[in-house]
Amino acid sequence: MALLSYSIRRILMLIPVLLGMSIVVFSIIRAIPGDPALTILGEKASPKAIEDLREVLGLNNPWYIQYFDYLKQILTGDLGVSLHSGASITQEIGPYLAATTELTIVSMLFAVIIGVNAGILSAWKQNSWFDYCAMLIALIGVSMPIFWLGLMEQWLFAQELKWLPSVGRDNSRNPVEAITQFYILDTLLAGQWDQLWEVIKHLILPGIALGTIPMAIIARITRSSMLEVMRADYVRTARAKGLAQFWVVYKHALKNAMIPVLTVIGLQTGLLLGGAVLTETIFGWPGVGRYIFTAIGNRDYPVIQSGILVIATIFVLINLLVDLLYAYIDPRIKYR
Amino acid sequence: MKKRVLSAAMTSLLALAMLLSGCGGTQTAQKPAEQPKTETPAPAPAAEPAKSASKQLIIGRGGDSVGLDPIQQTDGESFKITENVFDTLVGYAEESTEVVPSLAEKWEIAPDGLTYTFHLRSGVKFHDGTDFNAEAVKWNFERWMDKSHPQHNKEGFEYYNDMFGGYKGDETHVIKSVEAVDPQTVKFTLNRPLAPFIQNLGMSCFAIASPKAVQEMGPEKFNENPVGTGPFVFKEWKRNDTITLEKNPNYWNAGFPKLEKLVFKVIPENTARLTALTSGEIDMMDGLNPDDAQAVKDNQDLQLILRPSMNIGFVGFNVEKKPLDNPKVREAISYAINKPAIIEAFFAGLGQPAVNPMPPSIWGHNGNIKDREFNLDKAKQLLTEAGFPNGFKIKFWAMPVARPYMPDGVKIAEAIQQDLKKIGVEAEIVTMEWATYLEKTKAGEQEMFMLGWTGDNGDPDNFLATLLDKNNIGGNNRTRWANEDAHKLLMQAQSATTKEEREKLYMQVQEIIFKDVPMVPLAHSTPALAAKANIINYKPHPKGSESLEKVEFKE
Repeated sequence: MALLSYSIRRILMLIPVLLGMSIVVFSIIRAIPGDPALTILGEKASPKAIEDLREVLGLNNPWYIQYFDYLKQILTGDLGVSLHSGASITQEIGPYLAATTELTIVSMLFAVIIGVNAGILSAWKQNSWFDYCAMLIALIGVSMPIFWLGLMEQWLFAQELKWLPSVGRDNSRNPVEAITQFYILDTLLAGQWDQLWEVIKHLILPGIALGTIPMAIIARITRSSMLEVMRADYVRTARAKGLAQFWVVYKHALKNAMIPVLTVIGLQTGLLLGGAVLTETIFGWPGVGRYIFTAIGNRDYPVIQSGILVIATIFVLINLLVDLLYAYIDPRIKYR
Repeated sequence: MKKRVLSAAMTSLLALAMLLSGCGGTQTAQKPAEQPKTETPAPAPAAEPAKSASKQLIIGRGGDSVGLDPIQQTDGESFKITENVFDTLVGYAEESTEVVPSLAEKWEIAPDGLTYTFHLRSGVKFHDGTDFNAEAVKWNFERWMDKSHPQHNKEGFEYYNDMFGGYKGDETHVIKSVEAVDPQTVKFTLNRPLAPFIQNLGMSCFAIASPKAVQEMGPEKFNENPVGTGPFVFKEWKRNDTITLEKNPNYWNAGFPKLEKLVFKVIPENTARLTALTSGEIDMMDGLNPDDAQAVKDNQDLQLILRPSMNIGFVGFNVEKKPLDNPKVREAISYAINKPAIIEAFFAGLGQPAVNPMPPSIWGHNGNIKDREFNLDKAKQLLTEAGFPNGFKIKFWAMPVARPYMPDGVKIAEAIQQDLKKIGVEAEIVTMEWATYLEKTKAGEQEMFMLGWTGDNGDPDNFLATLLDKNNIGGNNRTRWANEDAHKLLMQAQSATTKEEREKLYMQVQEIIFKDVPMVPLAHSTPALAAKANIINYKPHPKGSESLEKVEFKE
């Protein structure tokens, strides 16, 4: 019951958060210098054509009118029309969002499985060679520029070893028929096992590139959180009872140690969703990060606004999920 | 006990590691099936898939198309697709801008230059099965020129407006009427003679669309589902990823296209695109970094393809700002720019020094003008004559983005800065975000700046008048150079009826420009493409996009 009312309150809180977000995004992008009409028409445009387009786009209206027009539109579920392509954003953003989500999930799976386990083992074998190596790798992982890592991966695994494909979501010689836009799901639904294998192979390199930083962060947080919990009285009691170390670590300690780790996982997932621009650019991934990034270059206001708003909504939802998971893991957490 | 637990944990890690590396292991066995490589050691199993895949061409490029209705577009990435889906009334010859027949087999021009009669190819059909005929041509032109036409775009058709002097009813509008004389004959009547009329009709944007398809879908949907008469039929568009075209079995040019399928794949990063080419994921790519040209030449599996140059990269002077209002100062700076060194260092040799604001590939280019040679002493002397023996300080705007005509604006600006320093000119390099750069240079806020231009249609007017006519100040004439003599000649050339006459006028204009130095033309770059060695008959066109009907794989 408490959980339910808490959930409802949290969901209601999304309204002011997203409203505030929309105002911030709207104001900031209008502070960017440069005229969208000029950018759309290109360097060859005549001044008259630019003025005509400004009028058509409503760019000559005062900014608050533009904002309220936008808000009205959003509330009817219409994310607007891209100035650049002329297509509806609600329709256009779907495939991009799916592509990024798929990549994010794979990256986070990689980051969580490796990161959490490495962190646990490091804490367990504190000050061992494993601990030192893992933490050194984690340090390199956080400091590595994604751009460099991505290009190195491509050079080694695609160009030299020819093990994995370097770009795109599928093999263009045998493209996936998109149904849900989640290619793993699509190939499973169609029963195309060779294509499924292709899709997985295409996910590996960008997945690792994108997952490396969160993996390193998760490993470090898990380690320190575990160390702290392992010093707690109840763990000492468990050990004194003669319980095997494995159960002490994985059953008693881990559950409590996971709370800060969960927070980090939640935050990192949100960050990945929006921050995948570099990975998507290097790996030719048709994702939402690049969609918004290109829109910034094109001064495509509606796409920037709606794109960021969609990402923000997902980010807030993930945090909601994390909060709800806390409750599941630790019943002591109270909801006020 | 402890050991067992540790081994359990280690096993899970190991399993994961094996899962990851295992992907690589099994991969090798799969490879020949999807990536036919020339160097695959086992020839027997690799040969077969190579053959079946050889009818499919995958082209990597840097950006996605904006839309696929040619008249609505102005960007090169869109035309790369529409050139293959649509045809124009007249076309351009391979690798030059000379006009050749396309959908119109022949045409007559009345002596007064006001009537053009086109005889259309018969038996041509649009991809939706409807007939291509004089009515279809008429319908397309009416859609473009008539603002009240139901399929006219609310934002207008920019190229139509620019090339034909506005829309129906405008005072300067060129086309008075388009009539379908009979199904195979269409007659254009003009309000006033327009010398480059035929030349303009060959531009990618004036491609003939299926009237039925546009009417049924409306301009917005048609922009994503194009229907033309071209060698390839539009199949699918995955935004920011791939555009797929398939062979048009009923193409009027018998025996073509050679390929079954064309896939255009977006790979934004130049280096990643080259990696995809070397690893066999794509068959060819454009936008090769000049620095990578040598690596492509050295790779036996690849070939370097050079696009004929139709561009100009230049250093411009805002002639309204002091001390750039003094032609002697401009000339001095011109002497202090080492063009051959810049082309060697930054274009990797893929370009030629420019003398005029338009490339030699365009008719009317004045080859008699002898360029000023790099000479710092001469520059210094001119500065002294101009009253600046100790030089001056100036702001030098450098382009923030790479363009075909300027591979690295800031680095080139730094090189020029070093030489200017030697003649006492302290140039401070200014750069900003691209859209802002374009906007501010248009408004004339800059002093010295760099920019460039890629030609649209191979007409001299498209370079000389666009970049330097006084009517285009506030538009593309960012030097703000208003020279009455040049203006008179350019206007005369626009309405002259014979090519010879125009040629003479443009020669004179180029002399005036060279003498008054509103800009220092730097280079005409040669854009480079890379492809697998077994691709033949790819003929890159100077305008930047072309039909790929003749391209095929060598058996």
